[in-house]
Amino acid sequence: MNPLTRLLKKLSLLFCRKRFYSELDEEMAFHREQAEKEFLATGMTAEAARYAAIRRLGNPTRLKERSQEMVGFSFETVVQDLSFALRQLRKNPGFAVTAILILALGIGASVAIFAFVDAALIKPLPYKDSSRLVILFESIPIGPRFHLSYPDYVDWKRENKVFSSLDVFAAYGFMMKTPEGLRQADGARVSAGFLRTLGVTPVIGRDFYIGEDGAAPARTVLLSYAAWQKRYGGSKGVLEQSVVLDGDPYTIIGVLPREFHFAPAEPADFWAIEKSTGVCEKMRGCHNLFGIARLKDGVTFGTAFADIKEIAKGLERQYPDSNREQAANMLPLTEVVVGEIRPILLVLLSGAGLLLLIASVNVASLLLVRSESRKREIAVRGALGASPRRLVRQFVTEGMMLAGIGCLLGVAGALQFMRLLGKLIPKDMMASMPYLQGLGLNGHVLAFACALAVLATALFAITPIARLQFTEIREGLSQGGRTAAGVVWRRFGANLVVVELATAMVLLVGAGLLGKSFYRLLHADIGLQPDHIAMLHVEAQPEKYSKNEQRVALGREIVARAGALPGVKSVGLTTKLPIEDGDWTSGIRIMGRPYHGEHNEVAVRNVSPGYWTTLKSTLVSGRYFRDDEDSSKLKVVIVNQALAKQYFPGEDPVGQQIAFGDDVKSPMVIVGLINDIQEGQLDAAPRSAIYLPFNQKPYTGFVVLARTAQDEQALLPSLESTIHAIDPGMALFQPMTMNQKIHDAPSTYLHRSSAWLVGGFAALALLLGVVGLYGVIAYSVGRRTREIGVRMALGAQRNSVYRLVLNEAGRLVAVGVTVGLAGSIGSALLIRKLLFGVQAWDVPTLAAVAVTLAAAAMLASFIPARRAASVSPVEALRTE
Amino acid sequence: MARKPDLLPGTLDMLILKTLTRAPLHGYGIALSIKRLSDDVLTVEEGSLYPALQRLLLQGWVKAEWKMTETNRRARFYTLTAAGRKQLGIELSDFEQMIAAIGRVLKDAQEA
Repeated sequence: MNPLTRLLKKLSLLFCRKRFYSELDEEMAFHREQAEKEFLATGMTAEAARYAAIRRLGNPTRLKERSQEMVGFSFETVVQDLSFALRQLRKNPGFAVTAILILALGIGASVAIFAFVDAALIKPLPYKDSSRLVILFESIPIGPRFHLSYPDYVDWKRENKVFSSLDVFAAYGFMMKTPEGLRQADGARVSAGFLRTLGVTPVIGRDFYIGEDGAAPARTVLLSYAAWQKRYGGSKGVLEQSVVLDGDPYTIIGVLPREFHFAPAEPADFWAIEKSTGVCEKMRGCHNLFGIARLKDGVTFGTAFADIKEIAKGLERQYPDSNREQAANMLPLTEVVVGEIRPILLVLLSGAGLLLLIASVNVASLLLVRSESRKREIAVRGALGASPRRLVRQFVTEGMMLAGIGCLLGVAGALQFMRLLGKLIPKDMMASMPYLQGLGLNGHVLAFACALAVLATALFAITPIARLQFTEIREGLSQGGRTAAGVVWRRFGANLVVVELATAMVLLVGAGLLGKSFYRLLHADIGLQPDHIAMLHVEAQPEKYSKNEQRVALGREIVARAGALPGVKSVGLTTKLPIEDGDWTSGIRIMGRPYHGEHNEVAVRNVSPGYWTTLKSTLVSGRYFRDDEDSSKLKVVIVNQALAKQYFPGEDPVGQQIAFGDDVKSPMVIVGLINDIQEGQLDAAPRSAIYLPFNQKPYTGFVVLARTAQDEQALLPSLESTIHAIDPGMALFQPMTMNQKIHDAPSTYLHRSSAWLVGGFAALALLLGVVGLYGVIAYSVGRRTREIGVRMALGAQRNSVYRLVLNEAGRLVAVGVTVGLAGSIGSALLIRKLLFGVQAWDVPTLAAVAVTLAAAAMLASFIPARRAASVSPVEALRTE
Repeated sequence: MARKPDLLPGTLDMLILKTLTRAPLHGYGIALSIKRLSDDVLTVEEGSLYPALQRLLLQGWVKAEWKMTETNRRARFYTLTAAGRKQLGIELSDFEQMIAAIGRVLKDAQEA
């Protein structure tokens, strides 16, 4: 018979199921009557004959089921199982809601964090063969990731035999001319082959052509897709339009693809061609570029690194003045892009994973308790003819339903959670993590969620199946086997609770350490008082303020007008703010000491006299700058304590003379020694820094800082309008307060987010762990009611009952905490790179967590202990 | 009560088909017929007859219709179809081959 007819037959039977059953019933009734007659004929009594006939035919329900299985579709039984599972859950809504919520919580947290991990670490960067791309740095004594100079780049490019292409890029803040005056625009400078190295082509227009950055460089620029949409409304007519950047007219030649991003130079709207004719570009000692290169086919990372190191060594020999101690450094592009965030994401993923573990264990033990009370039901169903396979399938279906609903809710929750987390990321931070823009539910994330659902289903199906032995039908029916089963369950359930408590402990310690790190970071001594400081970046047209006197006058005017604003106590200027990347360095030499071209790199900032009073830094010895200290006066400099310690150990630096390495003719006298102001990121070590008087070396770009007696946030608008009134042509940007700067700094952000998220996971873990313990103890007390009754009837005191129950709980907690302690120290050692000012084995944290966990756990077991102690012996014995 | 041999697995379909070659029968009749023809050696577990009949119906090897018995009771009578006859032939020859093979093995074992 062909399958089609069979299918049609099955279908027609599906629609006349009622008739199918009634016919089957009638047929079997006829059979029984006939058999009964036969038995009667042998001389049996009527009743005996009827029972014999029924017995001979067998279980009618089971027979009907089997007949139906013959002709039915396999999904029908699945539907039956599902509807039964649903009824089961509805019948016990407390259990269902608890289990599903716990599961959704665990799955939601894991899926959300996984989405971040996927966006940042799994999804390849949007370039051709992104694993073959490397970033090139120059490594100098104060750090391994410094810029290279243009002449070095040209030599590296020419001499290397390992890269199929090598280009350079640098993030760059352009000053764009607009009808309203100068405006700041984020951008980057790149060499002509940059996009070809990445394997990216513009969506409209053209790429830079080879040699476009040559001896007579064209002034051409590419737009990012976002800038094209935002600034030019996405019009195709944008090509060949002109835009004035840094005073030069540039032609827009193309637009980058929408999905293009390049984190090391973001945020960037304008991607302009690198000028080989710039002032800095001509000097081997002026470092302003990073390299990006593609490895040749077949060349390994190690070979390429060795080659480029050799080239740098050659240059060091060839140019001992400029290239002394300038080694090459190379890292995979992915490492540069996600290297910072990877450990944090992995910690968060582990945290979410642990939470999911606790959640699953919790639900599994709930199921275990439930399967205990369902023993009878299973026995009855077995007796009524349910095959073991069918019973197992019932559990699988129920597990699947729990896991399925939990997973759906979890994914929905994860979406919200992701959106929330995305919003909590500061804008600047987000700009440096462009890969997170693709965050969302994609194939990877859904596959992950499905995998979790399958695992959960397996766990939830296996738990009750392993617990229930279907062969013990008679035992189940007779309500016996209580003691044996109780012991088995207690042992298994107790182990689960130990796992939960230990996991909760690990999460709590992790959260405690990260929280303590965050606190230490925020309260680290940064050498200034960050409250009540408003800040604003200023960029004036260099052509308008071409003379130093004009620039000094502009600075003085700004300080005077801003200082006259109500509430403002002092105003200062600097060329670079503290708590940034620690860039702007230069090599110095100490006059009167032998000098062989060492690169004594120190941070250099040009500041106005009011800078110090505005920051409230501490003068250790000497004096601050005077307002009249301009280029007509003796050149002076203020140094920090780190510099004094490094270059003048045991000496007073005040009165000594230093000079820039390449400029012996104009030495500077150290007039003051100040405390270390944190120039790099919060978690960086203090570095040597020198401060020059702004009035002796003024710039057109600087930051204005104002300390106010009132709300610094409220000062920002009036500060901006006051300064703009001086010259509307100036670009004013990034208005913010010092507290905001500290709050939004990448290191703060990373510490804060990991502390909060792991803290959240830990709190949930604590809750779930304690609830799990409560469940185990309450269950155990419930089962031992009779035993406790007997004990009390025999004269046991209430105290000893308390002791009995609390001893049991105490043992579990002690084991859980001990295991957790070992696990915590182990996992804390794994995350020690994320810790700041705290050791992995920080005793106060470990002790506090152990005490908290133990106290919460004992409190949870006190409730069932009280119930046990208030058992009335008479009642307890009567329950039998 | 003497223990009776279980029906060889997979032979129930064949026995039902064979029983029906003579005349259309109802379920009870089929069970009775198998028992009688085997001199009470083979007892069909009567319940399992009905799922098996449903399977045969679905395969199209038997047809069913409701008729009156001689005692004027409504009963479902099963009739062998042409396809069923063909299927019986296949099952019989398979079965005979197997029995012959088993026989040879047993004989060989006795002689050895």
